[in-house]
Amino acid sequence: MTDFWAEGEPIVDKAAPDGPVETRWERRKFNAKLVNPANRRKLTVIIVGTGLAGGSAAATLAEAGYHVKSYCYQDSPRRAHSIAAQGGINAAKNYRNDGDSVYRLFYDTVKGGDFRARESNVYRLAQVSVNIIDQCVAQGVPFAREYGGLLDNRSFGGTQVSRTFYARGQTGQQLLLGAYQALERQIGLGNVEMNARHEMLEVIIKDGKARGIVVRDMVTGEITTEFADAVVLASGGYGNVFFLSTNAKGCNVTAAWRAHRKGALFANPCYTQIHPTCIPESGSHQSKLTLMSESLRNDGRVWVPKAQKDTRKAADIPEDERDYYLERIYPSFGNLVPRDIASRAAKNVCDEGRGVGPGGLGVYLDFADAIKRLGQPAVEAKYGNLFEMYQRITGDDPYETPMRIYPAVHYTMGGLWVDYDLQSTVPGLFVVGEANFSDHGANRLGASALMQGLADGYFVLPNTISNYLAAGPFPAVSEKDAEVVEARKLVEDRIAKFLSIDGDRTVDSFHRELGHIMWEYCGMERTEEGLTKAIGLIRALKEEFWTRVKVPGKGEELNQNLEKAGRVADFIELGELMCIDALHRRESCGGHFRGESQTPDGEALRHDDEFSYAAAWEYFGADGKPTLHKEDLNFEYVHPSTRSYK
Amino acid sequence: MNIKVRVWRQSSASSSGKMVSYDVKDISPDASFLEMIDVLNETLILSGDDPIAFDHDCREGICGACSMVINGVAHGPEKATTTCQLHMRHFSDGDVIDVEPWRAAAFPVIKDLIVDRGAFDQIIQAGGYISAPTGTAPDAHAAPVPKKDADAAFEAATCIGCGACVAACPNGSSMLFTAAKITHLGLMPQGQPERNSRVIDMLQAQDDAGFGGCTNMGECAEVCPKGIPLSLIGRLNSDYRKALSKS
Repeated sequence: MTDFWAEGEPIVDKAAPDGPVETRWERRKFNAKLVNPANRRKLTVIIVGTGLAGGSAAATLAEAGYHVKSYCYQDSPRRAHSIAAQGGINAAKNYRNDGDSVYRLFYDTVKGGDFRARESNVYRLAQVSVNIIDQCVAQGVPFAREYGGLLDNRSFGGTQVSRTFYARGQTGQQLLLGAYQALERQIGLGNVEMNARHEMLEVIIKDGKARGIVVRDMVTGEITTEFADAVVLASGGYGNVFFLSTNAKGCNVTAAWRAHRKGALFANPCYTQIHPTCIPESGSHQSKLTLMSESLRNDGRVWVPKAQKDTRKAADIPEDERDYYLERIYPSFGNLVPRDIASRAAKNVCDEGRGVGPGGLGVYLDFADAIKRLGQPAVEAKYGNLFEMYQRITGDDPYETPMRIYPAVHYTMGGLWVDYDLQSTVPGLFVVGEANFSDHGANRLGASALMQGLADGYFVLPNTISNYLAAGPFPAVSEKDAEVVEARKLVEDRIAKFLSIDGDRTVDSFHRELGHIMWEYCGMERTEEGLTKAIGLIRALKEEFWTRVKVPGKGEELNQNLEKAGRVADFIELGELMCIDALHRRESCGGHFRGESQTPDGEALRHDDEFSYAAAWEYFGADGKPTLHKEDLNFEYVHPSTRSYK
Repeated sequence: MNIKVRVWRQSSASSSGKMVSYDVKDISPDASFLEMIDVLNETLILSGDDPIAFDHDCREGICGACSMVINGVAHGPEKATTTCQLHMRHFSDGDVIDVEPWRAAAFPVIKDLIVDRGAFDQIIQAGGYISAPTGTAPDAHAAPVPKKDADAAFEAATCIGCGACVAACPNGSSMLFTAAKITHLGLMPQGQPERNSRVIDMLQAQDDAGFGGCTNMGECAEVCPKGIPLSLIGRLNSDYRKALSKS
């Protein structure tokens, strides 16, 4: 027990099979109860979110014969933020005959996650990765191909095998359109009831089971209650707690946070991935950050001036006054060190006052050597679209002057705790994709997010949810049930409260302020002192929000500020929990670097003896302390070792 | 820089709208067009006015949500650029900029600059897919696809479904959108079994949804932020004729 949290009973994943890792998934599928095809249409499943995980799950469950109700906040399911993923999707196909295997992908992912993920889940992910590629090709996803007509692969994120399938720089879009088209087909067949521009604002729990959601029609403002036999959250990650991130503006934690408040444990919230190659902020108007593909580091050299506050143009700084710091500190990996290391190194040189561009928050990514070595046409062929995108946003030509890059929040590994069946601690509430915490541990490898989203949606959930639904259909739920009335009232009261405050600060101004606090104290490097301070600042901000926020308009209309107010209110609460989680984890691992836990030469220091567990947090009211439940992690196959890139 | 924007304001689908002028001061040339609207909205909220409603999400040119007609051109003056990727450095101090929603019979205005593009989803529902239920797929290398076809399919598949093509078309036609999907799926071996029914059903769906007919004006391809070429409509028409002869 501390000032900030309490410790509860450990939590155990009861759905996880033991025995040989290679056959765990096979055995789990065999032992799962099935639902007779004739009975499936009597069972309704609600799915919130239509990205890779939610879209693929909705299509697949509808194909299987279940009645599906799908919800998304965008105007079309095709716009979910999976669409923005650039790089690619991993699969252990070993089409290159370069020694890849399911076991190697499993091994790389457990190690890349810095030994904070479950072996059972990761092995399953690697196993189904091969089915994903087959499925997507069958749907007509236009992956890159070689002249012989076979699929092309590339090596990604420092792996030694080529297992990444891609569709130029927009793999996410093509995979999502595949899932979207499968979903639209089911909508057309009448098997999925699609509700776009609808936002889930509460989960309905009756007799201990998730039985529905409260949603707001974002066009009319009408609040309705929707019932089902099971609820699936596929609502994505929470990177927008930082205000500036590579997430879409609408990405939010509300669905997951509302479930957390109703009893679903939230695991490892502090695990955030900060991507090293994003376009820096250009001013106070900045509304989001744009990722530049990691592949640029294959040929670009990262540097800053050796001197502090050097305001000369890049071209005027002579070679011997430049510090190619990644090549200097990490001679064997150089510019290709993993994301967390490259990000922290950039922060360090900027903190030393050697950053470039506005505010000194940027480092150079220089292609001059590559252009000299390969010629401009070759560089253009490889990176032309990225250079164009950079120029469109910044107005600078990267062929002439080095790019400026800076780290930005990109992905959140934490999320709602789920067991091997992807079921949360609330029976009947399943969580898939980035919204859950399950497969990436403390750090996600490149090209693994798309893999996990589609694995969960196409192959895992459809096989595990039947085990739960086999006991259904469950007794009917009515509008008049006390639990339903209460959930609806919670939503209506909150909306009324937002609209009644009529203060003097906009929702965005609070969101920006929260983002500054999170970035400063719960970003690339965290310390006990900083996190303690952040918790105090967030609590004060929360109080101010509820007394000074100004939300214009009415509830019964399209009201984008009302939507934002609800999301920001939840982000503020999540931000506090993230800081508490980061504070309790007195070790550095993956995306979480604690200043107090580093080696003498400044590298991350893990403490497996104390922290080899997933931290699952239980909500105890707005003024109560969150309670920590530890899920011990056991490594039978991949034994914890120290990552070294020197 | 200081500019004036004249923006279409319409409080709901059933109300009538009008252009309203606003002065926007001290905008950085590095701000995006949407960030300029963000700044304007912050001042509108604090002065008790209703902020301007507009669709946007990823703000990196890929989700297809943003949709503004700027000075009469869908997505504004820059070629192959979505509204969210348009930056204020392309305007000058003192400019007066008109901002309107997509205007097409099949895309009714919901509020201000937001329109309902659900009709695009209906076109996809009618046949913009390959029927391949999960679990039925053969190995991904079972059917090689010539690189030329795969690359051309990819180019067509880059359509982001924003609807600029419809907004720019004097007839409010969705032919470029439909042609892009017909081309993407029709170039893949997997797409052959449903090729004939797909084109017939998708064209029927676009007529049913209230889109106008195509008269080859070419405005669609001019404004397409992804550079989908007009020639794909020719391909669609060719597919349609073949499909009719076989049905």
